Amino acid sequence: MSSRPLEVLIIDENVVRATILEDGLRDAGDIVVHHIRDMDGLLARVAAINPDVILIDLENPSRDTLEQMFQVSRWAKRPIAMFVDKSDSDSVQAAIDAGVSAYVVDGLRRERVKSVLDVTISRFHVFNRLHEELSEARTALEERKLIEQAKGIVMKQKHVTEPAAYALLRRAAMNEGRKVAEIARSLVTAAALFDKDPT
Amino acid sequence: MKDTVIAGFVPLVDAAPLIAAHEKGFAREAGLKLRLLRQSSWASLRDHLNLGHLDCGHTLGPLPIATVLGIGRVRAPLIVPLVLSRGGNAITVSTTLAARMRAVTGKSIYGPGDSGRALARVVDASTQALTLGMVYPYSGHNFEIRYWLAAAGIHPDKDVRLVAIPPPLMVESLRAGQVDGFCVGEPWNSVAVHQGFGEIVATKADIFPRGIEKVLAVPARAERDGKRLQALIGSLHRAALWCDDRENTAELADILSQRDYLNLPAAMIAQSLAGEIPGVRSRPDDFLYFGRDGAGRPRVEEALWLFAQMRRWGQLPDSPELEAAVRGVFRPDLFDAAVGESAANESISACDGIQFDGGSVREYLEHFSLSTPFVIATDSGV
Repeated sequence: MSSRPLEVLIIDENVVRATILEDGLRDAGDIVVHHIRDMDGLLARVAAINPDVILIDLENPSRDTLEQMFQVSRWAKRPIAMFVDKSDSDSVQAAIDAGVSAYVVDGLRRERVKSVLDVTISRFHVFNRLHEELSEARTALEERKLIEQAKGIVMKQKHVTEPAAYALLRRAAMNEGRKVAEIARSLVTAAALFDKDPT
Repeated sequence: MKDTVIAGFVPLVDAAPLIAAHEKGFAREAGLKLRLLRQSSWASLRDHLNLGHLDCGHTLGPLPIATVLGIGRVRAPLIVPLVLSRGGNAITVSTTLAARMRAVTGKSIYGPGDSGRALARVVDASTQALTLGMVYPYSGHNFEIRYWLAAAGIHPDKDVRLVAIPPPLMVESLRAGQVDGFCVGEPWNSVAVHQGFGEIVATKADIFPRGIEKVLAVPARAERDGKRLQALIGSLHRAALWCDDRENTAELADILSQRDYLNLPAAMIAQSLAGEIPGVRSRPDDFLYFGRDGAGRPRVEEALWLFAQMRRWGQLPDSPELEAAVRGVFRPDLFDAAVGESAANESISACDGIQFDGGSVREYLEHFSLSTPFVIATDSGV
C-alpha cells in the first residue's frame, strides 16, 4: 500500500474556521491541505485538486452540487458521503453534532479517515465555542448600550438620577418577569415612535 | 404515542402542504404537533432524516428510491406514503440562447418539441458545449431536462454539460453566464424572466403531464406507530386540498412568503401557485398542484418509472433485486388507509408519446436510443 500524503480539501466560506481546521490537520501528519473559499467554479477546482477527503459545513448549500459531481460517471475518483457504514455511526453522530460533513474516496483506509475526522470534529468544536463566545460578547455589548439609552430616556422624562432610573427599569423588568435589556429595548423603540424630531 | 412530528423542508413553493398543515391547524386537528425545520440542501435533509433528527421530510421524488437502493453507499430504509406535489418546474434558457434558437428555426421556440428541435440545431452548430443547470442528480428536474434533450436527439452526458446548482443561485448563474439554461422549480423561472435574463421554453407539465415532483419521505420504522403516521398523512392531504383551492391562494402565498419559510415576495409566490408563469402557454391549472384528483397517492408504477429514468442515465445497474426493492418504497396502501380513496391506475405519459404502464422496465427502456451505461466507480486504494 502506498503511503503518499492524503489530499484533504476544505470547502468553507468562513476563513477563520478553515484556518483553525487547516492548522489542526497540518499537525495531524502526512496530509496536504487545500482550501476553497468561494463557490465560483467549484467543480472545476475540486476536479483539479482531486482530493481523497472533502470537508464541508453540513449546512453548506453547495453540497448538492458536490454530490452531483460525484455521481457523474466521467469522474473516476468518486468520493462518497460519510454516512455510510453502521460501524461508523458514533463518529458520524459526532461529526453531525459538530456541524461538519465529509466525503471520502471509496477504499480509503479506515484509520486514515478516522484521524482526519477526529481532528475536524474537535476543530469545529473549537470554532463553535469561539463563535458562541463572540456572539455572547456582542449581545452583552448591545444590551449595555440599550440600557444606557433607556436610562437616559427615563432620566429626561422623570427628572431622576441615573441610579434611580436604573432602579425603575429593574423594577419594571421584575414585575413583568423579563430581562432589564428587554424592557430597555421596548422603551427605546417606543421613544423612537413618539419622537417628533427624528435624529 | 409521541405527538410531535419534526418535519424538514427546503424553502420552495411546493413545501406548501407541510407549511399549511402547520399554519392552518390541519396537523393540530389530527392531534399532532408539527415542527418545521428549514434545510439548506437535499443532502442535508437526507442526512438529518437518516440519522433520526427528522421524523419526515419534503423531498425530491427519486431521492428516497436512491437512498433505499444505497446509491453512493448512503443507504437507509425510507418509505413514501404521500406525494406532496405534481408539476411546478420549468426549463428556462438564457435570452442569448433563446435568440440563437429562434434564429435557427425562425419560429416559436415554446414547447418541448419546438424548443428541443431548435436547441439541437444550436448544439450542432456550436463549437463549445452548452452548460445547463439542474438541482440534484436524484431529482425530477434532472430527469425532465434529460428527457427533453434526449427527445430532440441531444445526449445529456455527451453533447451538453449538466451541473447541479442550489435553486436560489440558479438565476445568478444564468445572469453571470455560468449556465446557458436550467430546469428548476418556481419561483426561480419567473424570477429569471422578470429580471430579463431568461425565457421559459417548457414546463414540467408539458414534458411529463401529472408528473410526480416532491414526496413525503419517512423512515420505515414510522410504520410501527401506524396511528400517528395515518394522522400525519390525513392532515397533510387535507392541507394539500386547501392549498389547491384558488380561494386560498392569496392567503397561502402570504404564509409562504414569511421569513421562516420562503422569505420571498408574496405576489411572486401567488403567481407560481396560480400557474401564471410568464411566457408559458399550457393550462395554468396543470402547472402545479398538490392534492386534487388523487395527486397525493404514491403509485408503485411511478416509483418504477423513476427507477427506469435512473437506469436510463446510468445511475443504477439492471438488477431484478433492485427493481424488487423499488416496489416497496412507494406505499399507496398507507395513503388509501389514511385518506380512504383509491384512484384508478393510469399509464404515465410523456411529451414524445411514450408511455409506461407499470410493466417491464427493460421493455420500456428499449424505446430510447439515447442513454448512458452504468459504470462502477474504481477503487483508488489509498
